Amino acid sequence: MAFDYDKYIRPGKLPHIWCPGCGHGIVMKGLIRAMDTLQMKKENTAIVSGIGCASRLPGYMDCCTLHTAHGRAAAFATGVKMARPEMDVILVGGDGDGTAIGGNHFIHACRRNINMTYIVMNNKIYGMTGGQFSPATPTGAKASTTPYGNPDPCFDIAKLAIGAGATFVARGTAYHANQIDKLIVEAIQHKGFSVVEILDDCPTTYGRRNKFKSVIEMMNHLKDSTVPVKAAEKMSPEQLQGKVLTGVLYKEDKPEYCEQYAKVIERAQGGAK
Amino acid sequence: MAKKVAFLQGNEAAAHGALYAGCKFFAGYPITPSTEVAEVMSAELPKVGGKFIQMEDEIGAMSAVIGAALTGSKVLTATSGPGLSLKQEIIGYGCITEVPCVIVNVMRGGPSTGMPTGPSQSDVMCAKWGTHGDHPAICLVPASVQELFEETVRAFNLAEKYRTPVMVMPDEIVGHMRERIVFPEPGELEVVDRPAPTLPPEQYKPYDTQFGDVPPLAAFGSGYKFHVTGLNKMQDGFPTTKAAIVQAEEERQVRKVEANKADIMKWEEYLCDDADIIVVAFGSTSRSARYAVNEARKAGIKAGLFRLITFWPFPEERLLALSKQVKAFITPEMNLGMCNGVVKGCIEGNAPVLGIYHVDGEPVNPNEILSKMKEVK
Repeated sequence: MAFDYDKYIRPGKLPHIWCPGCGHGIVMKGLIRAMDTLQMKKENTAIVSGIGCASRLPGYMDCCTLHTAHGRAAAFATGVKMARPEMDVILVGGDGDGTAIGGNHFIHACRRNINMTYIVMNNKIYGMTGGQFSPATPTGAKASTTPYGNPDPCFDIAKLAIGAGATFVARGTAYHANQIDKLIVEAIQHKGFSVVEILDDCPTTYGRRNKFKSVIEMMNHLKDSTVPVKAAEKMSPEQLQGKVLTGVLYKEDKPEYCEQYAKVIERAQGGAK
Repeated sequence: MAKKVAFLQGNEAAAHGALYAGCKFFAGYPITPSTEVAEVMSAELPKVGGKFIQMEDEIGAMSAVIGAALTGSKVLTATSGPGLSLKQEIIGYGCITEVPCVIVNVMRGGPSTGMPTGPSQSDVMCAKWGTHGDHPAICLVPASVQELFEETVRAFNLAEKYRTPVMVMPDEIVGHMRERIVFPEPGELEVVDRPAPTLPPEQYKPYDTQFGDVPPLAAFGSGYKFHVTGLNKMQDGFPTTKAAIVQAEEERQVRKVEANKADIMKWEEYLCDDADIIVVAFGSTSRSARYAVNEARKAGIKAGLFRLITFWPFPEERLLALSKQVKAFITPEMNLGMCNGVVKGCIEGNAPVLGIYHVDGEPVNPNEILSKMKEVK
């Protein structure tokens, strides 16, 4: 029997705003399957986003949904989670929202290790505003504000998350649709701040400026440019040249923030120092 | 039993007022001269099972309190000048999404870094016009440690009652002065709690105007699912660009405060009944003004003090009425004429409005006010 996505979608809120060929819908379906696998309660799940195409995702989901200001999802979500630790809190957004204007909130959410899952849809561009380069746009790539090629080096978002202290970091792609829900399930089950970067495509504002002839070509690029982390162990440095690793990249057990704060409350109420 | 009396700093009193009002969540960022509010909250909140978090920046602090408020908590943040500038984007978000929250802004010199330890009253326009777009503004300007406590309690009440951000803005002198405070007993001051939705989750809409201009706000995690966005929205919370709906919603958001001005506005009239000269002042400046008025009366000058306790909404009608009896108003203030301009704007030219302006970090001296009174013919 086909999977019933409708039970997590708000009635009457489709069609979505995403362009034909955009991978965000693939990610949303992955999130829905993950929520279903974990039997998550919709009324106990907060989905928090910033601004941008990817950040429109919460509006379609039949949960407690919070579409905040540009870059601020992690900060709003921190307030939700701290005030109600019993809620499941999922953050979604794009690369520009999360790592440029929201970069400070992103790294500090990683550092605190607060038990939330952040799904970053990295399509390497600011899509909603028409295709300006983001911190994830490859050097040399064309964007509406890099007409001569991007002079900026770019972030490796997964490495940024690991460096900042996230205790679960995974990467998938919109091509590998069947892997997305598995990564998200593992991320949500992990106690601590988890980041799932999904390499995504934006045919409308990135593809057409960067010599991708079709969505299929962009999808094939996601396939050809990535290697599962397990397979990479058996490959030589030459074979790995230019490849991006996918799968669970980092996992560590560390004290979780809300549990740490619960101890603060105990100490304050017990009078202990 | 005797009431609890303490010798307390203004900022500490603001924090204790918040706790009295039932605040359960504070997010902040260190900034002079408001940091003591955060310090007291970090010590006291966990004792009552509340949560304190020091965020990575001012915008993050404002964002976190709104996130927490959406789960049903009463929330507070505290800041000063540059922090208020940074918070403005999210204050606007709080206005359009109609999320109750309280911001204590201890006024220091500006613009920019200005004089971090110097007193000022130059944020009062920022309290109304700091965030872009049309929105309601409630701003309270207490003048003593006791009043800072009580007005912080009232700020929480107004935030919950009208579903909107409320600012408490002591100047640095009021924030840092130490005075005797008598703690109200529990139940002595009114404490307003957020009305719970009466409709079941499947029928609930976060901006349902069948409940009037201030519809009840449900809490995330309490069984209600709904959408919150900073986009212009419909009654069900989802974005719209339909002209008639956007117009109606924007007007309602402003109207809910404007139409309830009488409930929100608060001021004190001291010796105004027969006054020829009325000093309009707020915060620490009103203390100098009261001294000057007393001295003037001894010298046979019929002076009075109109002390603002709310700066926004501004008591326009009352000042217009008083403008018909006086020879002049005087506005001493620690800025370059912000209150002066607002007074001029509401009295239809009935009387001159003489200004005394300090932006040098020095308080207004009563003698300056007395000298100005003597200029009035």
